[in-house]
Amino acid sequence: MLSLEGITDSIHNWLNHALNPTLAMLSEFVMVGLCVITLFAMLGLVLIMMERKVSAYMQVRIGPNRVGPGGMFQTLADTLKLVVKEGLTPDGADHFLFNLAPFVVLSASMLALAPVAFAKGFQVWDLPIGILYVSAISSVSVIGILMAGWASNNKYSLLGAMRSGAQIVSYELSAGLSVLTIVILTGSLRISDIIQAQQDGWWIFKGHIPAIIAFVIFLIAVTAETNRAPFDMAEAESELTAGFHTEYSGMKFALFFLAEYVNIFIVCAIGAALFFGGWMPFHIGHWESFNHIMDFIPSSIWFTGKTFALIFVIMWFRWTFPRLRIDQLLNLEWKYLLPISMANLLLTTFVAIKGWYF
Amino acid sequence: MFLKKYISDIFNAVGSLLKGMRLTGFYFTHHKEIITQQYPDNREQLNLPERFRGEVVMLHDENNEHACTGCTACELACPNATIKIITKFDVTPEGKKKKALDTFVYHLELCTMCNLCVEACPTDAIKMAQTFEHSVYDRSQLTKKLNRPGSKIREGVE
Repeated sequence: MLSLEGITDSIHNWLNHALNPTLAMLSEFVMVGLCVITLFAMLGLVLIMMERKVSAYMQVRIGPNRVGPGGMFQTLADTLKLVVKEGLTPDGADHFLFNLAPFVVLSASMLALAPVAFAKGFQVWDLPIGILYVSAISSVSVIGILMAGWASNNKYSLLGAMRSGAQIVSYELSAGLSVLTIVILTGSLRISDIIQAQQDGWWIFKGHIPAIIAFVIFLIAVTAETNRAPFDMAEAESELTAGFHTEYSGMKFALFFLAEYVNIFIVCAIGAALFFGGWMPFHIGHWESFNHIMDFIPSSIWFTGKTFALIFVIMWFRWTFPRLRIDQLLNLEWKYLLPISMANLLLTTFVAIKGWYF
Repeated sequence: MFLKKYISDIFNAVGSLLKGMRLTGFYFTHHKEIITQQYPDNREQLNLPERFRGEVVMLHDENNEHACTGCTACELACPNATIKIITKFDVTPEGKKKKALDTFVYHLELCTMCNLCVEACPTDAIKMAQTFEHSVYDRSQLTKKLNRPGSKIREGVE
């Protein structure tokens, strides 16, 4: 059967056969890099289109419908426009940092893509501390945001960046604690182990109450971490014009925009891996025949379906909920989410020790 | 007591958020609710709301008669001098002089479609039409005469 794992394996074997190991590895690096860049471009186009359509339908509108069938090429046209626009650097800005910041943000999200398992055995880097790595890398993007805010030499940008810093630092805690819930149940930080542990059922079902609480907290925390409404304090269109990317234009602005959407994809992919088994098909305990039927659907389709379902939920949040004020935002984290996730962690540990999960 | 409030707060918040998500989810799945109109494409079957305010028109019946007495209530009601009523004196069969409308001048370029003139009119002689494609190449075309040539006041309207 043709699978992504088979394709990568055959390419790997062929390269090692044709070239010496160092060259083979280098050419694999280049190929992976190209694949990641292509994925980024595709994700940007698809997710922005999806967001615009979802928002339109939720607001009883039609949304983009002129360019291409059903408006499908609208984002392509927008990207083309952004590419040909001038990337202005303001006079008072710190030129070097100003131009560096979008790339820092984008490379942070590129790095976070490394341990994401797209399909069975199809992963850029299955490192033993995958989950820890993702949560570490995802906080690097705040450096890029602070850099952008500071270098813009604009009070709105700086305020947006500082808010973003406060927000990411605080929400990282509850996101990390809810991730820990699954790590406790699995006993491993490696993504492939976590997915493999869900062979007889996803953690959201196997881990029952603690897993569901952790999932809800995770969803809230990652929405905040990716700076999306209702937690879009960093952008805050109504107060700070556009927050940290007020001064950016053209392609540099597009890179921030792209990074935001790629971050959503990554957190949803991680969420899918932790709670819904990543590429693991829907298995129920030891119902061998049922599990076998589910295996016929390719693992990449399972992964994409779950990830996009989670992305849809996050978009649903954005177009339903009112925005929080900055103090309400921090109240929610420190007074509600953090205590609940700590109590939940305790509960999970208890459940794990007692073996009360399936 | 504090803990009870804390927990009930959480449940109320989640409940109200879910209520909101239910509504947006309903709209997302029910595309029939969409109210957007593809305007230039559906010019023929445009579906405007009843109270849409496009421009002021004067109503004329089939005998080319209107109900305007020339009382200038609309002119006084207008906040930005859009309406100018020019009156004349008709001579009734009994030989009495009577004030009547000569020309109803309407400056569409000044009008904000506030509807105050229609509300002020004691005889319901004017109303808001649904037409809204008002662009012209010259500003002078926007100054309109609302009473049709040769029209006169309807019998019995005071």
